[in-house]
Amino acid sequence: MSALGELSKLKTGGHQTPEQRAARRKEASRDNRAGYAFLAPWLVGLFAFTIGPMLASLYLSFTDYNLIQSPNFTGFDNLVRMLGDERLHTSLRVTFTYVLVGVPLQLIVALGIALLLNKGMRGLPFYRSVFYLPSMLGGSVAIALLWRQIFGTDGLINQMLRAFGVDATIGYVSHPDYALWALILLHVWTFGSPMVIFLAGLRQIPTMYYEAAALDGANKRNLFLRVTLPLLSPIIFFNLVLQIIGAFQSFTQAYIVSGGSGGPSDSTLFYTLYLYERGFTNFQMGYASAMAWLLLVIIAAFTAINFFAAKYWVFYDD
Amino acid sequence: MTDVDSMAGPRPDAASRLRSAGKHALLIAASLVMIYPLVWMLVSSLRPTEVIFRTPGLWLNELYLDNYIEGWTALARPFDWYIVNSGIVVAGAVIGNLLSCSLAAYAFARLKFRLRTLWFAIMLMTIMLPFHVVIVPQYIVFNTFGMVNTFLPLVLPKFLATDAFFVFLMVQFIRGIPRELDEAARIDGCGHFRIFFRIIIPLMVPALATAAIFTFIWTWSDFFTSLIYLTAPDMYTVPLALRSFLDATSGSNWGAMFAMSIVSLVPLFLVFLFGQKYLLQGIATTGGK
Repeated sequence: MSALGELSKLKTGGHQTPEQRAARRKEASRDNRAGYAFLAPWLVGLFAFTIGPMLASLYLSFTDYNLIQSPNFTGFDNLVRMLGDERLHTSLRVTFTYVLVGVPLQLIVALGIALLLNKGMRGLPFYRSVFYLPSMLGGSVAIALLWRQIFGTDGLINQMLRAFGVDATIGYVSHPDYALWALILLHVWTFGSPMVIFLAGLRQIPTMYYEAAALDGANKRNLFLRVTLPLLSPIIFFNLVLQIIGAFQSFTQAYIVSGGSGGPSDSTLFYTLYLYERGFTNFQMGYASAMAWLLLVIIAAFTAINFFAAKYWVFYDD
Repeated sequence: MTDVDSMAGPRPDAASRLRSAGKHALLIAASLVMIYPLVWMLVSSLRPTEVIFRTPGLWLNELYLDNYIEGWTALARPFDWYIVNSGIVVAGAVIGNLLSCSLAAYAFARLKFRLRTLWFAIMLMTIMLPFHVVIVPQYIVFNTFGMVNTFLPLVLPKFLATDAFFVFLMVQFIRGIPRELDEAARIDGCGHFRIFFRIIIPLMVPALATAAIFTFIWTWSDFFTSLIYLTAPDMYTVPLALRSFLDATSGSNWGAMFAMSIVSLVPLFLVFLFGQKYLLQGIATTGGK
């Protein structure tokens, strides 16, 4: 299954007989030129837009570079400055909160709704569309603007509270204690895309497991804990890994809701927002590169932890 | 479809009906919470700004279309200018992704060539690579070549299959096409390019549709790349135009802002409405087994 499954399969490698290997080699030489012809655009893109820039940004992260003068090698200066950069630490705190709260919340809602929808539900296509739509719109500036209004002082939320007689005067997006939560809610609102993946996964679980468990007298709770959850765990893992990677890179919503500042008082200063400010507002390309590499290291670490922990809870049926 | 209830024994009684009704009630309530903000924005775009801030409900006394007229003309150019800009970028991105990703996918799915496993692993890893690690040097390069404030930085990478997710999606799809078909064509003397264009491409239309729809949605909403590369107001795409409402009206003309927000969401909504089938199929090919 999935890109992640493919990656872990590659590591184990296939065992093959010498004959198979010889046959493969023959085929390989025949297809070799065609293979590289078809792959050419991707290979050019890989080196020109991925590997090349990665190496360049690795070098730049050890320099001082403002786009006008040529890069000035400064060794570990950027790293030292990052250690003492209070706003960087704030941005890390904000981003970790967003990821560690927003992603699990979103996945729990996605899984809950997917379970509700799965059981031969009447009206499934309708519900699925309604829940899926927000995740297709959620990344747009339009929705971020809407959020800015909804959670404003006279926004929709407060209007509704007032309609019920609550004296609501807090502007959530302009209050340092609440602004980040409005963004987390926006993330949860887009639970549709993991939900759809869960639905596809639930459909793969063979009915016979439920039948066998029911014959053995399993109750609903046991069916969920002993059948559904283990068999769905690869899909949960897939969603978890991809959503964490994605959430670390969130930008648009925080930018629009805070008017580009990451405010109030840096309470929505996502890491990417701060990186943008350093790189493309202050043109400190060296520092921004160093920040980008720190982000890569953080994301890689999270992914590695996920893969490591997967051994203990992800169950592969095959 | 797994129906646990029916497995526990046939019980078409009042209790299970009640439970089903409860479930529907829960789902309808959840649907309302999800959709209410969108409908409210649509209705609010037809109200004067001062009414927007007083009316949480959805009823409309009159259709106030001034927001749309005002919004359309509030910026330096009429709004259709920015729609055309976004359209150019989206069209370029869709064409680029379909061409380059399907070529690479054919190679990975059907051809045996040296280092294939290595390249395939690298391709999978680039799906998970954060864009920010490459953005600074990419910007420097595009800046050096004078391509900032052109659409090239937004479109050119798509012609080189940088959206590896779609390569993977198409690889998965091509693997599902029976090999006998290409074998037969090969025996008939077709080379790889003929097999690709005559056999694989027509059969992988659903995967191409999925890739095209996702590319459309992501490119149409893409804000970060536009923000970095397009700084001249004439080059603004729709997301940047919307953002500039915050500056132009110091974020106070919500009526016009909502009206143009709705305009910007209409293409996404239509694509979602008519393309949902392909989106779901795509998810089944990449997320499922």
